[in-house]
Amino acid sequence: MPPAGTPATTEATIEAGRIRRNWLLAAPALALLLIGASGPLLIVLVYSFLEPGDYSGVIWKFTPRAWFEIFLKRDIFDGTLGVADAHLTIFWRSVRLSLLTTLITILLGFPTAWFIATRPRSQRALWLFLITIPFWTNLLIRTFAIMEVIRNQGVMNTVLLQAGLIAEPIQILYTDTAVLIGMTYVYLPLMVLPLYAAIDRFDFRLAEAGYDLYASRLQVLRRVILPLVRPGLIAGSILVFVPSLGAYVTPRVLGGGKNMMIGNFIELQFGQGRNWPLGAALSMLLLLIVMAALLVYVRVSGRENPHG
Amino acid sequence: MVPPSLQPAAGPSETPRIAVEARNASKAFGQGDALTRALDDVSVAIRKGEFFTLLGPSGCGKTTLLRLIAGFDTPTGGSILLNGRDITADPPNRRPVNTVFQSYALFPHLTVLQNIRFGLDMLGRKRAEADARAAEMLALVRLEGFASRRTAQLSGGQQQRVALARALAPEPEVLLLDEPLSALDLKLRKEMQRELKRLQRETGITFVFVTHDQEEALTMSDRIGVMQGGRILQIGPPREIYNQPANRFVADFIGETNFLDGEVGAIAGDTATIELAAGSVTVRSAGLDRGQKVTLAIRPEQVRIGEAEGLPAVVTGNVYFGTDTHCHLELSGGAGVVARLQSAADDATPLGEGTAVRVSFTPGSVQVLAD
Repeated sequence: MPPAGTPATTEATIEAGRIRRNWLLAAPALALLLIGASGPLLIVLVYSFLEPGDYSGVIWKFTPRAWFEIFLKRDIFDGTLGVADAHLTIFWRSVRLSLLTTLITILLGFPTAWFIATRPRSQRALWLFLITIPFWTNLLIRTFAIMEVIRNQGVMNTVLLQAGLIAEPIQILYTDTAVLIGMTYVYLPLMVLPLYAAIDRFDFRLAEAGYDLYASRLQVLRRVILPLVRPGLIAGSILVFVPSLGAYVTPRVLGGGKNMMIGNFIELQFGQGRNWPLGAALSMLLLLIVMAALLVYVRVSGRENPHG
Repeated sequence: MVPPSLQPAAGPSETPRIAVEARNASKAFGQGDALTRALDDVSVAIRKGEFFTLLGPSGCGKTTLLRLIAGFDTPTGGSILLNGRDITADPPNRRPVNTVFQSYALFPHLTVLQNIRFGLDMLGRKRAEADARAAEMLALVRLEGFASRRTAQLSGGQQQRVALARALAPEPEVLLLDEPLSALDLKLRKEMQRELKRLQRETGITFVFVTHDQEEALTMSDRIGVMQGGRILQIGPPREIYNQPANRFVADFIGETNFLDGEVGAIAGDTATIELAAGSVTVRSAGLDRGQKVTLAIRPEQVRIGEAEGLPAVVTGNVYFGTDTHCHLELSGGAGVVARLQSAADDATPLGEGTAVRVSFTPGSVQVLAD
């Protein structure tokens, strides 16, 4: 028998080598993430605590002023402090529109995902393929296409006017509704795909079992199907809510500058606003809101479904 | 919502009372050339409190019939009656019928107790009442300590019991069991067979049991319906099905059978002589005509091997099964016959291959199948 310890040491060496090799394999991606994500984030964090330069950029002098500016404003006439209600309106609009987008994509996406998951297996690939077609076209172009549909002289209003259903065009463009329509359209596939994956794993015999045990169709949906497809529902909600909150192109094109969301407001600070620290602070705040939303989701889903 | 089981049953009560009935029920899938008749004009009346088994090979339509009774599928023709009331149009949640699924279909997001309570909750039973009933069901299937377990933490046999308890909890008029034992290993299956019989006796609920396992059907059922090709071929108690099979399929599917082709010869009074290639056999003449082509069905345990009288045969081999030995014989004329010889301490040496013997059959055991 070989001396005790020798095989173990050898194994440990091999194991250590394996771990080192795995680290090496991951290194390029980790380096890219470190430089590409953490670095800029750090710069943004630092900038949020600096003073704005006169025309743009920053003055390297520490101040938490930008963070106060998010919520408070100084009256330009008498210099008193007040609540920055314009900012709060923008935050509220962003959160409200993002939540609504998530809700509508769930309502539209669930039946769609259900439909695809209940097709014969050979047809599903085609349906999934159709779902992904919008991704082939640039987001900006798709948004302009929506604009073409909903503007006063656009397809929808022209058809309704010609049909005599309305007397004058419905003003949708440059309203919150337009932004909502645009975001719902853009993010719907991100809801359908994870929901489809979850429904595909769902054992339909469980629905039959529920139906057999005196549950109505609605009760089967609520008590059996929804709890079991919840992972997909949560994944889809995160995938829709997070980019909705930071949306830039859609509110810019369809909201027409008046109906700003956080993303547009941040852009404004780095552009015409010439207030980089405020823009940086807003970016960090957006990040915090998203992280808070994710944490709440993880907590909720974790508590109610401890076994998976 | 009024529990379906409390709804008054329509129609007068007869003896024996019928729990569930299919009248000319048909179910076809697809259309045109691709049309398949899963169920073809099936009529069967299942009595109250009986253990009824639908037996047949896969694809015979037994599960389709079960799904029509449960309400998962609607028949393309005919009707389903429960206690004399037509329930063909009722959805599954309006039928006082529960199902034990082949895959158990336990809700993975609920505990054992929550699974068992599910039906009671959906019926709107009071919390305390549902709790008491669920506890009673747990005791009935002997899973008292498992109330708060997740179903994934249970063994196959335990999941099976939970599925049973869940289906029995709302006190259904009829319990449907779709090959519930097929996923269990042999030992557990035997145990669950006894368990099912016990549950059926204790609850008095009508069981409709689907299986492709003929032994399971014979040991458990009060009556069996043998199915093939979307039709019911024969309905009767296990002994009748086994001893008097209605046709060649039933005789072949249930147990082992020797088939011998022959022709009806002389008929004298109530006996008839069947002429075989190897000789002649005397049977009861009822329903037979001279010259008619028939098939004789003889169970291997009814085949006797002797030296004095019977059909001349040669032993071609022996297969030892422990409790008995199957002796393979070739009759003169070429037909093969298997005789089941019960093992005894003194018959240590089987008949050697090539031994010339005489084969006869226990009187009254020969079934004549006209085909």
